[in-house]
Amino acid sequence: MKRATLLGLAFALGLAMPVMAQDTIKIPNIIELSGGGATVGNNWKNGSQLAAEEINAAGGILGKKIRLEFVDTASDPGKARAAVQRALDEEPIAIFGPIYSGSVSATLKLTADAETAQIMGGEAANLTAQGSKYLFRTSFGQNVSMPKIANYLRDEVKAKSVAVVYVNNDFGKGGRDAIIKELKERNIAVAADLSTEAGQADFAADVIKLKGANADAIFVYLNEEESARFLREAKKQGLNRPLIGETTLLGQKVIDLAGDAADGVKGHVGLTVDAPIPAIQEFGRKFQARYNYKPDHNGVKGYIAVYMLKAAAEKAGKLQPKAIAAALHGLTITPDKTPGILIEATWDDTGEIDRISFLGEVKDGKQVITQILPKLKK
Amino acid sequence: MADFLQLLISGLATGAIYALAAIGFTLLWQTSQTINFAQGEFVMLPAFFALVAMTWLGLPFAVAVVIAIVCSMLVLGLMFKVVVVQPLIKQGVLPLVISTIALSVLLKEGVKDVYSAEAQPFPTLFPDVTLSVAGVAVSLAQVGVLVVAFGTIVALQWFLGATRIGRQMQATAQNPTVARILGVPVERMILYTFLINAVLAAMASILISPIYLAKFSNGESLGLAAFVAAIVGGFNQVRGAIVGGLLIGVVDNLAAAYVSTSYRQAVPLILLVAIILFRPQGLLGRREERAV
Amino acid sequence: MISPRLAWLLVALGALMLVLAPIDLTGIGIPYPGLKRYGTYIMTLWLVTAIAAMGVNLIVGYAGLETLAQAAFVGIGAYVTALMVKAGWPFGLAFLASGVAAFAVGIMLGFPALRVRKHYLAFVTLAFSVLAWLVFRNEQWLTGGVMGIGDISRPTLFGHTLRRHVDFYWFVLAITAVLTFALWWIIRSPWGRAFTALRENPIRAESLGVDVRLYTLLAFAIGSAYGGLAGSLYAPLVEFIDPNPFALGPSLLFMLMVVVGGAGRFAGPFVGAAVAVLLPEWLRFAEGFYLLIYAVLVMTMMAFCPTGIMGLAERLLPARRRPTAAATAPLLGEAKP
Repeated sequence: MKRATLLGLAFALGLAMPVMAQDTIKIPNIIELSGGGATVGNNWKNGSQLAAEEINAAGGILGKKIRLEFVDTASDPGKARAAVQRALDEEPIAIFGPIYSGSVSATLKLTADAETAQIMGGEAANLTAQGSKYLFRTSFGQNVSMPKIANYLRDEVKAKSVAVVYVNNDFGKGGRDAIIKELKERNIAVAADLSTEAGQADFAADVIKLKGANADAIFVYLNEEESARFLREAKKQGLNRPLIGETTLLGQKVIDLAGDAADGVKGHVGLTVDAPIPAIQEFGRKFQARYNYKPDHNGVKGYIAVYMLKAAAEKAGKLQPKAIAAALHGLTITPDKTPGILIEATWDDTGEIDRISFLGEVKDGKQVITQILPKLKK
Repeated sequence: MADFLQLLISGLATGAIYALAAIGFTLLWQTSQTINFAQGEFVMLPAFFALVAMTWLGLPFAVAVVIAIVCSMLVLGLMFKVVVVQPLIKQGVLPLVISTIALSVLLKEGVKDVYSAEAQPFPTLFPDVTLSVAGVAVSLAQVGVLVVAFGTIVALQWFLGATRIGRQMQATAQNPTVARILGVPVERMILYTFLINAVLAAMASILISPIYLAKFSNGESLGLAAFVAAIVGGFNQVRGAIVGGLLIGVVDNLAAAYVSTSYRQAVPLILLVAIILFRPQGLLGRREERAV
Repeated sequence: MISPRLAWLLVALGALMLVLAPIDLTGIGIPYPGLKRYGTYIMTLWLVTAIAAMGVNLIVGYAGLETLAQAAFVGIGAYVTALMVKAGWPFGLAFLASGVAAFAVGIMLGFPALRVRKHYLAFVTLAFSVLAWLVFRNEQWLTGGVMGIGDISRPTLFGHTLRRHVDFYWFVLAITAVLTFALWWIIRSPWGRAFTALRENPIRAESLGVDVRLYTLLAFAIGSAYGGLAGSLYAPLVEFIDPNPFALGPSLLFMLMVVVGGAGRFAGPFVGAAVAVLLPEWLRFAEGFYLLIYAVLVMTMMAFCPTGIMGLAERLLPARRRPTAAATAPLLGEAKP
């Protein structure tokens, strides 16, 4: 016991050491670098790193160079909370991450208490509904994307009944809860409600169940790899119903992994590197050249997070956390002033993001955009 | 009925992979009391050997497969035996278990940091053709997986039963002390089991990666499935591991279709607990004479 | 040789330093600024982890069993506490209920498994670990499912809220002290000696009249109850729980922690938990690579010193002899000749 105590104290002393002053500004990224969210977190890491290098090459933020610090949450809310607490003790100008909605839930109170902007990647509907004035999204919450999908199912697909297949993690479950609510409001029947595992390989049973459900359309809300495996099995068993997805299902990565099984898939697309906007495609090429793979939308989120901070700091005119958070509320960032934002985007008082999005489908191994949905508010 | 057959065939194809991993698991336990918690990662890794050979060295797929098998034998067979297991074997089972848990972290994080955190497409040995037999869609890849897996298992059974080295290995597994007295080179036999485990893992890896996609975290679910399959089949029997593997694959699919998709993982585990309580030697296992 | 009196003095001094850790002492002439909020939080997390690890140590180190489900028991405690506190029950009651629930589940799990064969408990706990996680995840009406449970308030003590990090740290420290003392008492009692006798030589222990099954079962249940109690403190510490920290992987890490710290050594779990909780802190320079370094360190440690850090310390301090555990006794099963 006693040796342990001494040891413990030695750490304690280490922890209490004052932080060294730095001439660059350090921005902590508390993200999922290992555990279940490792893919997501590494995309964010690479995207934000790319943006930070560009910004530094162009002179930094308000004349100061920035340095991103990456801290692993191991996809665990307890560790995420510890990491965010540590980061806040050093009084950063803003906090980036986490991306898993559970970890965001566990940390949003801390950043609110510290009056520091938390620019995060969570998409669960309830995050911005908890009243924090310091939480900002980098992509649509499911409270925004799911109504768009539901409208699409009603107006374009003209479905009377929809089967839902989702991945059972906070991303998939949140989306499933949101879409089912929206479908009910539009009097569309839910013909099947299938949960699948993250990392699941064999979708034979799920496709059989979907065939039996006889729905007018199937809404597929899975992560990239599971989407690809699902599409292959669906093709194999000849599942001939419209497959509708949100962002991931139509992404280039799913198309690459699933091959021609992805053809004919339709749905709503938030911000991905396949969007028909030159700036976004240029970002995709830069990312590919630097890291040798194509980023998913989490790479885009990490990238624009840094530019959000830059634009907000420049609007506030100072590198002070509270002022930066205040500047982000009601801020519209346009690509002609801040090219790195890629598409014009606006943040409202709750930290919700608003920007254009797309309807598209997969044709001959390529994502084709059929319609551009305008911003919700002008 | 067609649905049931569809599930059965899918389950058998997945189960054959589990069986390959479970056999190796069982062999290691028998000859060296190694409970390998990194077995799932052993199945994950060889696909990346092949990917490195193809993308970094530009070699064709067939050569890459051979390289993957050879690298597996060196790294997951020889090095694992000499560097990890050998120093620990006298310390009892627990330190070795802890060491393999750490090894699983090392392999997983190593692949993530060195290669990629992204899932990678992996070429298949079989053409992408789907046959329709009596309303059941069967892909050529599934048939191929079954054929190759069973071929490997039959070859292994023949090797263990009909060759001199195989019989010496079995003697070593059953009772190393007696085997040593009878003049069997026990140490070399133990090394052979490690090499066989590595080859089986590489086979499983190359068969499953086109379906699973190669990803650093694949070992988590595979390792658990192999573990469960080995115990269900009987921890001391190669035949048991085969039956265990196939059973877990089929039960998983049937559970998803007929019980509940959200509790599909639970059914094989409940089966495991039931087996431990009512038939602790496993489905095909003998009662062990020695105290484990 | 350290005399018992000196040993007690050192323990008391260590305890005092732990109590003072978060306080700024510069005012009384000591150049120590005190822990910030983060330091206090991580020290609290260390204590909570150590409580659960103490339970594993009782099971693995003293009773010679193995558990692959400690994180699931932590989860049971965390969910019981979270649900009861949110329903308006006092924390004290929730804390007790968490311990009792984990104890009861431990008995239900251990009884049939130990009836069959001692080491099959490991397999049953492995299955239970995944099953418990599935229940946490799928029974959304009760556990909040993958979305978890948020806003778990910290307890109040005699009308004084423990909302502040420092107050909650002292609260957890006091509970840790009580639980540590309780475990120390259990191990020193004739009862605890029976555990050790059991691990050293089950057949002889049985011939001396020790009811093997009952004793191992109780050791497992008490160890699991420590997991439940740790969970009960974890929930208000993080103020949010979801199923991820209670999966199979974290259960394996609890085993790893205890063996790395030194299984069968009383201070082992504290050292092991310190390594697990604070290691990312020391390896901060390595950023994403710290897990690789950790894994290599553990493997090296096992190869050269399977008795863990405390075993290593004992070896380096040969003058100190303690009748803790026989370092030579093979853990879990007998190695083959």
